[in-house]
Amino acid sequence: MLTLQVQKPKLILEDGRRTDGRRPDEMRPIKMEVGILKNANGSAIVEMGKTKVLTAVYGPREMHPRHLALPDRTVMRVRYHMTPFSTDDRKNPSLSRREIEISKVIREALEAAVLAETFPRTTIDVFSEVLQADAGTRLVALMSASLAVADAGIPMRDLIAGVAVGKADGTLVLDLNEEEDMWGEADMPIAMMPSLSQVTLLQLNGNFTPEEFRAAIQLASKGIEELYKLQKETLTSKYSAYKEVN
Amino acid sequence: MSLTPSNYNIVPLIKREGILSVLEKGSRIDGRKFTDFRSLSITQGYAKKAEGSAMVRLGDTAVLAGVKMKEDVPFPDTPDQGNFIVNVELLPLAYETFEPGPPDENAVELSRVVDRGLRDSKAIDLKRLCLVPGKKVWTIWIDIDVLDYGGNVLDASMLAAVAALYDAFLPKVEINGEEVKIIKEEKGERVPMNYPVVSVTVAKLDKFFLVDPELEEETIADTRLSISYLEDGRIVGIQKFGSGTLTTQELDAVESIARASTSRLFEELKKVITRPEGGVTQ
Repeated sequence: MLTLQVQKPKLILEDGRRTDGRRPDEMRPIKMEVGILKNANGSAIVEMGKTKVLTAVYGPREMHPRHLALPDRTVMRVRYHMTPFSTDDRKNPSLSRREIEISKVIREALEAAVLAETFPRTTIDVFSEVLQADAGTRLVALMSASLAVADAGIPMRDLIAGVAVGKADGTLVLDLNEEEDMWGEADMPIAMMPSLSQVTLLQLNGNFTPEEFRAAIQLASKGIEELYKLQKETLTSKYSAYKEVN
Repeated sequence: MSLTPSNYNIVPLIKREGILSVLEKGSRIDGRKFTDFRSLSITQGYAKKAEGSAMVRLGDTAVLAGVKMKEDVPFPDTPDQGNFIVNVELLPLAYETFEPGPPDENAVELSRVVDRGLRDSKAIDLKRLCLVPGKKVWTIWIDIDVLDYGGNVLDASMLAAVAALYDAFLPKVEINGEEVKIIKEEKGERVPMNYPVVSVTVAKLDKFFLVDPELEEETIADTRLSISYLEDGRIVGIQKFGSGTLTTQELDAVESIARASTSRLFEELKKVITRPEGGVTQ
């Protein structure tokens, strides 16, 4: 019989560590960089472990077609897309239903942060390309998008930082890896504007008791603080160099 | 690509102020309490050509779900399980700004949230949809048509999906070793359901939290949180809709409000799905 019988691996090992050696509340190594594309008005690349997402922002610019422009605010256009070589098996480059949904939740999260009324009748285009997919792509995309929007000089209420919390073998874990994403009992991506303590994205896939749900939010908040600090450092380290000129 | 919507249902500011001033007095424009669902009716067997169906009316919202199935080959990583596919259609007859065409992002999002609620709760016993391991399984299509768009389509869709699944029979099969004979004209077993699942949507409007928002409340709401539950209170799915935000304290409050509202939905569902010849397993 040509079938692939895959057994669920043990996700939490005897020493309490995860399959990649992390503690339950430990995130993967993170790298962030802004202003890496020449043509885009703003750009950023964010890596979390083996997940890597590049985002470019164009705008605010004139909206085409014109009838879609809004008189009192900018129109955000967001595309989350995975390159065909970002996954183990080649991904069809056309937009999947998953990508359509994720584009929507990322747009809604970004719209909470961007001061949309500043640029009436315009559009701001946000293009995120997942270069490597290894769990947590929507949040890495959202973080790179928020950095790229900031890099484009578009006024925002706050940056957006986000991380997934989940449950693997009954243990709450921060920043799921691919195995935990696939075999774990829960996956809850959550993103916040940390300075304002506002949640801008929240989804849950899997199951939690109400108590676990609350503990998971606490755990995520810790990770989000850390990510937010890195985001600010990334921006200041690039732009502090220009400070002396004025 | 996902765009800021431009074809919004526009609610005049004066109407918004009206809604808010009623909320300040502790009531809602239709007289409900903040935690009340609207009137709910669930009718199974509404579409006779479907193997299972249910019409759900939740206030002014009308949703019809139909279940069809076909024999299929299993996915390689789940050789002993059947499949199911959820598809929500926001039909052009349901609302003035809806247009014909492939599902837009709202319909795709609704489909996927209903799908996750059913999948992660393990409400359907997929193992019992296997006919011959590795060779033949059932694929169940759950198609949900939104007929009248009156707010909170998600909760209505989840109710319709669950009620239609409980209404559904598989065709009769005769299995002889690896040979499967399907007798389409005859009813076989019921679609194997483990337990029902419900979704509760709470809208955040100014400082108020409103269960089961009707269309105007939904339109002017800052954000909506939809949580899927099992009867024991276990959370089996969450989705935040819209570009507003919530604090973590508000998430806490919303979850408690939503969980408290599930009992009415389970009660109404059980009126139709608990039947002597099968239905709900207690």
